[in-house]
Amino acid sequence: MSRAPDITLLEVVAALGLVAVATAVSLWQRMRLEGDIAIAVVRSFLQLTAVGFVIQVIFRERGLALVVVLIAVMAVFGAFTARRRAPAVPRAFLPLLIALGLAGAATLVLVVALGIFPPTPQYLVPVGGMVVGNSMTAAAVALNRLGDDVAASAREVEATLALGATASQAVRPIVRRSLRSGVIPLIDSTKTTGVIFFPGTMVGMLVAGAAPFAAVRLQLILLYVLLGSVAIASVTAVVLAQRTFVTPAHQLREAPATA
Amino acid sequence: MLFELDRVSASRGGARVLHDVSLALPEGATCIAGGSGSGKSTLLRLLNRLADPDAGGIAYRGRSLASLDVLELRREVALVPQLPALLGGTVADNVRFGPSLVGREVDVARMLELAGLPPEFADRAAERLSVGEQQRVMLARALALEPRVLLLDEPTSALDERSRGRVEETLTDLRRRLDISYVLVTHDLGQAERLSDRVVRLEAGRVVGEASGGRPPGSAPAPDDHSVRADARASAAPPTGVAADEGGG
Repeated sequence: MSRAPDITLLEVVAALGLVAVATAVSLWQRMRLEGDIAIAVVRSFLQLTAVGFVIQVIFRERGLALVVVLIAVMAVFGAFTARRRAPAVPRAFLPLLIALGLAGAATLVLVVALGIFPPTPQYLVPVGGMVVGNSMTAAAVALNRLGDDVAASAREVEATLALGATASQAVRPIVRRSLRSGVIPLIDSTKTTGVIFFPGTMVGMLVAGAAPFAAVRLQLILLYVLLGSVAIASVTAVVLAQRTFVTPAHQLREAPATA
Repeated sequence: MLFELDRVSASRGGARVLHDVSLALPEGATCIAGGSGSGKSTLLRLLNRLADPDAGGIAYRGRSLASLDVLELRREVALVPQLPALLGGTVADNVRFGPSLVGREVDVARMLELAGLPPEFADRAAERLSVGEQQRVMLARALALEPRVLLLDEPTSALDERSRGRVEETLTDLRRRLDISYVLVTHDLGQAERLSDRVVRLEAGRVVGEASGGRPPGSAPAPDDHSVRADARASAAPPTGVAADEGGG
């Protein structure tokens, strides 16, 4: 493997040429996304630069405590962001936080226990970041579906409760659909990887000069790890959040439309 | 006494819909009659604890509802909602669902027959039935629980006049064959008279009248139910067709 290329700030600035294309399209089609594009560019620059310094410190310290802190902070921000994507779910923050924390912790423990990666910050920080990010997206999609489906199927849920079903039995079809919604996008992208698109890690390694098969193997490990973590996050978030819709007396909190 | 409500108040959607209601519902057939927003559907939901009151107490056969196992209560006091809400799968799947929760088998053909449907319906896909047929399957799957009490929320509001008459016949027939009590919610005072022994009128969440001696179909009017018949005359004929009173109760 050759030495990783040294990317200069000038090259980053040059990449803004493509951002200019996106801005031009927005102006041409009156999409009104120029402001959002500008905010995205500035935020990504500031956030990634800041996290670059943080990771540098963590790599230098070599201790795992800072890794745990970093993943915890990412889980908190992830839960906060995902909560806004599932507005129909009351008190969604805590289920999401637990889901992202559990997915991150369980995944990192497993990859170390299975001997996939050594327990060093160089592996655990990037893998943990990918796990939290993908888990956030999946959990948000699953909870969004859960909230929408409970509202849309309130009549069916209540009719099932009226037959003596427990609350979890009554919402089981909705839970199943929500979990599928959360996990299917990653399954689909795993199915099409290498055919329709090249995933980011593999691209990064190839650009950095890695041998193609080394890049492929690392990418495969990450895809498989992410499938597990996304499943953990989705099922945790949905199972915890479904309880916010029902009472201990197996009643639906949100009544159907009829009075 | 089947149900006793003691100063019950209840809310729905953040608004108070029942105000300080005290009521005794005896065994047999009782109709809760009232217009849209009168609180009749909310009252029915309280009787099998699909909702709980904000204040007051409800007893079922002398025992507080809150002290009973809610799942057993719902199997014994089965509610048939106003609009059909069947599970996916076949009619038989729907009829078997309730009993399967407690590991019990059920004679699907008999339940369909009690609800006025031929046995061939068992294998039909639930979502391909007409509204009237779905309503009967809802009744069949409630009967499959072998309930002692049926709570019927506007069981004919989504039906045309002909189907409504058939469902009324089915309910009368059920009462005769199964010796089952029911509490039926309706906006139709004529139907209340036809189907019940006792009519309770609700308006704006308050009881405004009670009359016993509702007459069974085909019999002469009871001599002492002038108030109900006067109300029935005053009440405009209900609209026919689908979901005539979806916002009711």
